[in-house]
Amino acid sequence: MNSPVLAPAPVPTVYEQMASRGVSRRDFLKFCTWMGAYHGLENDGTAQIARAIETKRRIPVVWLHFQECTCCSESFLRSSHPIVADILLDKISLDYTETLQAAAGHQAEEILQDVITRHKGEYLMLVEGSVPLAADGCYCVVGGKSALDTVREVAAGAKAIVAWGNCACSGCVQAANPNPTGATPVHAIIKDKPIVNVQGCPPIAEVMAGVLVHLLTFDRLPQLDSLGRPKAFYSRRVHDTCYRRPNYDAGLFVETFDDENARKGYCLYRVGCRGPSTYNACGTMRWNNGTSFPIQSGHPCLGCSEAKFWDNGPFYQRLTNFPGFGIESTADQIGLGVAALAAGGALAHAVLTNVRKRHDIGEQPGESPADLDPNPTASEPPQKP
Amino acid sequence: MNPPRHVSHDYARVYVWEQPVRWFHWINAATIVVLGVTGWLIAKPPVFLVSTEASFNDWFGQVRFIHFVAAYVFTANFAFRLYWSFAGNKYAHWRNFFPLTARQIRQIGEVLRVDILQSTREAVHTLGHNSMAYFTYAGTGLLTVFQIVSGFALYAPMSDAWLPALFTWATPLLGDEFSLRTFHYAVMWAFTVFTIIHVYLVFYHDYVEGHGVLSSMVGGWKFMEKKQIASEETAGLSPYPKPRSRVPVAPPRPAKTG
Repeated sequence: MNSPVLAPAPVPTVYEQMASRGVSRRDFLKFCTWMGAYHGLENDGTAQIARAIETKRRIPVVWLHFQECTCCSESFLRSSHPIVADILLDKISLDYTETLQAAAGHQAEEILQDVITRHKGEYLMLVEGSVPLAADGCYCVVGGKSALDTVREVAAGAKAIVAWGNCACSGCVQAANPNPTGATPVHAIIKDKPIVNVQGCPPIAEVMAGVLVHLLTFDRLPQLDSLGRPKAFYSRRVHDTCYRRPNYDAGLFVETFDDENARKGYCLYRVGCRGPSTYNACGTMRWNNGTSFPIQSGHPCLGCSEAKFWDNGPFYQRLTNFPGFGIESTADQIGLGVAALAAGGALAHAVLTNVRKRHDIGEQPGESPADLDPNPTASEPPQKP
Repeated sequence: MNPPRHVSHDYARVYVWEQPVRWFHWINAATIVVLGVTGWLIAKPPVFLVSTEASFNDWFGQVRFIHFVAAYVFTANFAFRLYWSFAGNKYAHWRNFFPLTARQIRQIGEVLRVDILQSTREAVHTLGHNSMAYFTYAGTGLLTVFQIVSGFALYAPMSDAWLPALFTWATPLLGDEFSLRTFHYAVMWAFTVFTIIHVYLVFYHDYVEGHGVLSSMVGGWKFMEKKQIASEETAGLSPYPKPRSRVPVAPPRPAKTG
């Protein structure tokens, strides 16, 4: 960590620093190839990454923690590629992060101030957690400052902002109805800075590393979708990359978690899998060094990289509680109720009609066979003989 | 003997629903049934215990395929009906669907009193739909638009076609795909409820009024007493535009002899 006290020495490039730590050229190029592959780059992209890391200085980074469970940090630390965690913790200049920094108290605050003044317009701001707006932000105060104030202050001089995880991207569980703390995602507060939403609860470690490397390498934001998520990782649905997808198309579904179909590894769609509406890279990158992901372990996707996934419950059924109709009433129950009401109404109406309108329904004067005029042009019924 | 209430049975045949309107109606009905059934299956697929591999089965994929194809037909059919509300006869004209004139609003009240409350006996005789019915169909038109927009927005991620891509803006409006899907599914129930009431009311009107409304969607003709037609024509519920071809009244038949 840069000490603000020491006079700044000529800053080594990222690669120089890596080499001084004993990373071989071969490992370095392997890392660059991994990162190129993550981003879906062509082969020459690897060279671009290598060149960038060879020539660029370390980016100063401020990593802020607000209302969150730190699972994003936990995930990040498990970034499985041999040197990913290493490069990102050592090679970027992670100047301030509450959970990992050695400094504490005034010293820590001093470092933060130092970074945002000395590297104004250069540093990267990473945010983990949502920002409470209710009650003047008193629900999350760090170093005597509300999260809101800190976000505004640090964002003002940031080059770009990376929102880690569902909390910072869409509020996660704190923002679930009724959202008592007024938990708010970063993009709803900061409007004038480029923001990358790295969604998930938590995001996949390699995705987090990949986004940082992209920023480091290309010095600009990755391609983002309409919700600000990097397209390289969030452009496909979990459903589309799920290895159980053939079971879905074949109509082979798990009905309960302990049935024969569950043992056979059928599709978890019926037990509430959110894969068909969730954009994430779980199906391809998986977790924990590519070991597994929830569906592979027999658990339906909860849709943790989508906004409001806590409110779209219950998790284990496809049909959610229908908004506005109270707890535990799904569209089916309401629909069936209304349909029954309509059918009952129609039946009652039919009975009423037969009573009230019997004069209109029955034979009208002049309509009995004896009355029928052989000449249809006459307008008046004939007199009976 | 009571004085006769309906003494005149001088009926005329009026060509109300042109062939395109009838085609629209039945294609619409068929696609709604197909979309409803397949939609319900997609939401709640039955669970089978099959011993074969997934690669030997594709029924759920087929159900979804039918749903998507029917959706395209449903959309094209609705687009055609929008065109026909400008090009068709006065009974098909778009102005009917919006109760903007005092007469239309008054008629909605009359229809409610006569048909629903049944506090008034004298039926409302109209050659097209009555104002209440037209207004209801404006509502189902809105539901149709919602289903088309939400359906294609949900379909867009699975497709490279240009048409679904036009509707991707709808997803953020309702928050996320999952919420959009819930609403898309709920509107299926709205169509179900509409269908129950619609079918009942058609039977009811045919039963009580005897204008042949039930068969009019097959042949296009309605039957009404000439004096009722005259009052309907002069009252001009749907004065826009002028009818293109005038064959409202069938020529009198020669009297049967022998």
